[in-house]
Amino acid sequence: MELVLTRHFDNDRYRHLDTYVELGGYEALRKAFAMPKERIVEEVRKANLRGRGGAGFPAGVKWGFLPKDLSRPRVLVINADEGEPGTFKDRLIMSRGPHLLIEGIVITCFALSAHSAYIYIRGEFVREARILQEVVDEAYAKGYLGKDILGSGFDLEVTVHRGAGAYICGEETSLINSLEGKRGWPRVKPPFPATIGAFGLPTIVNNVETIADVPWIVTHGGEKFASLGVEKDGGTRLIGVSGPVVRPGVYELPVGTSLRAILYEHAGGLLDGKELKAVIPGGSSTPVLRADEIDVPFSIDAMAKIGTMAGSGGVIVIPEGTCMVRALSVLMNFYAHESCGQCTPCREGTGWLAKVVRRIENGEGQEGDVELILDLCDNMMGRTICPLADAAVMPAESFIWKFREEFDRHIREQKCPYGNRFEVPCRS
Amino acid sequence: MPKLTINGISVDAPEGVTILEAARSIGVEIPHYCYHPKLSIAGNCRMCLVEVEKFPKLQISCNTFVTEGMVVRTDTEKVHKAVTGVLEFLLIHHPVDCPICDQAGECGLQNYYMQYGLHKSRYPLEDKVHKKKVQDIGGQIVLDAERCILCSRCVRFLQEVTRTGELEFFHRGDHSEIAIFPGKPLSNHYTGNLADICPVGALTSKDFRFKCRVWFLKSAESVCPGCAHGCNVLADFKGEILYRFRPRRNDAVNDTWMCDFGRLEYKKANEFRLLTPIFRENGTMSAVSWESVLYTAASRLREAVDAHGPEAVAVIASPQLSNEELFLVRKLAEEILSTPNLAFTSRTPGETVSDDFLLREDKNPNSRGAQLLGISEDRFDGIVRRIYEGKIRALLFFGNQLGDLSDGETALLLQNVPFVAQVGTNEGPVYRSAHAVLPCASFAERGGTFTNHAGRVQRFRMAFPPRGKARTGIEILNGLAVRLGTEWNFTGEGPVFKALAESCPPFAGMSYESIGPGGQVAEEGR
Repeated sequence: MELVLTRHFDNDRYRHLDTYVELGGYEALRKAFAMPKERIVEEVRKANLRGRGGAGFPAGVKWGFLPKDLSRPRVLVINADEGEPGTFKDRLIMSRGPHLLIEGIVITCFALSAHSAYIYIRGEFVREARILQEVVDEAYAKGYLGKDILGSGFDLEVTVHRGAGAYICGEETSLINSLEGKRGWPRVKPPFPATIGAFGLPTIVNNVETIADVPWIVTHGGEKFASLGVEKDGGTRLIGVSGPVVRPGVYELPVGTSLRAILYEHAGGLLDGKELKAVIPGGSSTPVLRADEIDVPFSIDAMAKIGTMAGSGGVIVIPEGTCMVRALSVLMNFYAHESCGQCTPCREGTGWLAKVVRRIENGEGQEGDVELILDLCDNMMGRTICPLADAAVMPAESFIWKFREEFDRHIREQKCPYGNRFEVPCRS
Repeated sequence: MPKLTINGISVDAPEGVTILEAARSIGVEIPHYCYHPKLSIAGNCRMCLVEVEKFPKLQISCNTFVTEGMVVRTDTEKVHKAVTGVLEFLLIHHPVDCPICDQAGECGLQNYYMQYGLHKSRYPLEDKVHKKKVQDIGGQIVLDAERCILCSRCVRFLQEVTRTGELEFFHRGDHSEIAIFPGKPLSNHYTGNLADICPVGALTSKDFRFKCRVWFLKSAESVCPGCAHGCNVLADFKGEILYRFRPRRNDAVNDTWMCDFGRLEYKKANEFRLLTPIFRENGTMSAVSWESVLYTAASRLREAVDAHGPEAVAVIASPQLSNEELFLVRKLAEEILSTPNLAFTSRTPGETVSDDFLLREDKNPNSRGAQLLGISEDRFDGIVRRIYEGKIRALLFFGNQLGDLSDGETALLLQNVPFVAQVGTNEGPVYRSAHAVLPCASFAERGGTFTNHAGRVQRFRMAFPPRGKARTGIEILNGLAVRLGTEWNFTGEGPVFKALAESCPPFAGMSYESIGPGGQVAEEGR
């Protein structure tokens, strides 16, 4: 099986420049420097590389949104604020193969005529931030960054910037605000970052994995990358499997690998022979699937077809015996805590949802509470500046649609059938 | 110019206009909190959601620009549910303390609740998030964080207009609140505007708090008399008492703002007013009739002219007077008394604050008007010298304050004049020395025009008739002129302005109609 990213991840020295170069690293960059810029963009477009951050927007198309004139400097921002619960794949790239990211950044910036790039890394990733800074310093020292990279005449400055610990800063416009030193609030669009982004300049924001795929695409061609995946969704994906499975971890698999295969072949099935109850396929914001829905190819479009999302590839396994109300309550607390508070439906809605779900779980639910949740969801979905409200609504709605009986039973019996109870008061 | 339809009504809207503004232009009001015409777009309240054909999601009309052929609906079931949903969210933590809230009656939450909400609360009382109430954050403002809907207007005002940035958002989610930084209160001269732009009762005016329910107030369109900028204001009053000034939008003058000094100028119409004609003789004061005071003033002026020549009388005009009044003052001095001693001064006592925004160095509303009407400021010092030398036998003084002279200096100077008649509004140094006091209506009790520093002639309207026995400047001047033997018959500011425009070149061709609500610029040498 062709591995785009993780081929050398078992090699502890792979994160060092010399080893990376010995193993063929930065050859793609040399090749890119000899290519017309438009060719590189064209290859990425042909590769059907879809954004790996969650929304799955085609990277090549996104790059095309930059204004055509070069009068204003352009900026590339790498979204390394990997905060989506259940997702831990970019962290792997940054700790095991960080030069893939750096090489991808240089190629992308060259292709887009950008001369500054920022890596916005999640504040909690202290170790990864240190590694990235070392790697960036190394690349500067050896002429892979800075002025006249590899004698190409191309200049690029890369800055590693640590976030301060807010989920919302993974949303590209609040990331940009945070990068600028402002409060991490999403921006009202339009204008979109491609026209007015970081520091008022045309800006492209891409996920770590997306950009780390670029060197391989340049080396092997877009068509080859596309052929690894499925129609309109090329390449491989890093899929992080968490929960009570035999081999939790990150797997690089061709786009389109079935969710069942991911769970039972790669992750080795559930621990102790437990039955599967549900799966959240693409990070906590994506609609939950029942155990009978996992015969689905892991691709953006196939997931969308069954009403969920491939998201950021964070597969969360929920075994039999888990209280779905409690699980949802944990999720709702997360979104209430992380809502930035800027726009009304999210600020007030996430907190309200958390409280209603919690009271159901604690045996204090009232007749009509489930309908109340669904109505609140309806008042939040698609009504906000950024998708955080949607991210809270999607699990809430899908948990109820698919496990309604559990909610009703909590309310009917005025207790959690699984014997759960939250003792600590809900923060929100 | 894009053509679009809103609720089926076809609209031609200029390029770059938002749906909200285009709708407003045809009388379709879209509910909103965070949108303010003079601040950047925040898009955070989500009240202005509308349906736009070809957009799957509802769009915020404050940040969606009109395009050719756009089809907008603000009246569908989907929009209504969205708006009521947002309103419900905004109200869940609200303390609903309307009975003790000054905003009641002009509150965005109350108004939209009546229009769109009328729902029963689905949110348990004990789940409400509590925040700090009654916080003195400096300036003229009290903050109640519980009532705040976090629309960010105040934060943007302080970032974009005053550029002082004292307020910021703190915390996240439904614990978000606005606050000042510890130990750093509001420190600018425009804090009062925060109470105006706050759509709810979160930011209220310390001065107005608990003074009057707004539904008892009536408003008169007026102009702030506090400085030469001439900010357009609404003078809110009940009976014969003014309760507050609020800025009135005029993009050529003050946008929608006014300064904190001007905001308190209304008090001058209430406090220490001259309301009865008075004679002062040998240190004793007596209230007299208008007939008596007008007769005495006129005859003393006439006697001084007859006995010592016109140079022995002086008329000191006030830049607090309207153009109409100043026109009559000049007419009286030149045509009736024939004295060369006519002047005014824009000087005022004490330190003055000015900036390059709305605060002018000149603390009078009509110095420019006096200049354009040909009343000299240069001659003022000469007249003061003549008074000092005892050469002025009778003085007709307009205003309350003699330039920047102190109380003591004023008293000493005026000792040299055998007869001082004052036409004034408030107690002050001149009042304490005048022999005859002719109480004049305040800016709230008379109408007219002021000419601001830039030559813009603006109307101010009478809120209520003159208090007590006070009379308008025009009535007083007309009364004096008649008793000085003329056949003047000026009644009301309208005819006076007409006469003024006919005879004063800078105002040529102007009328109250041409001045309109926005004012009109008078030009020197026209």
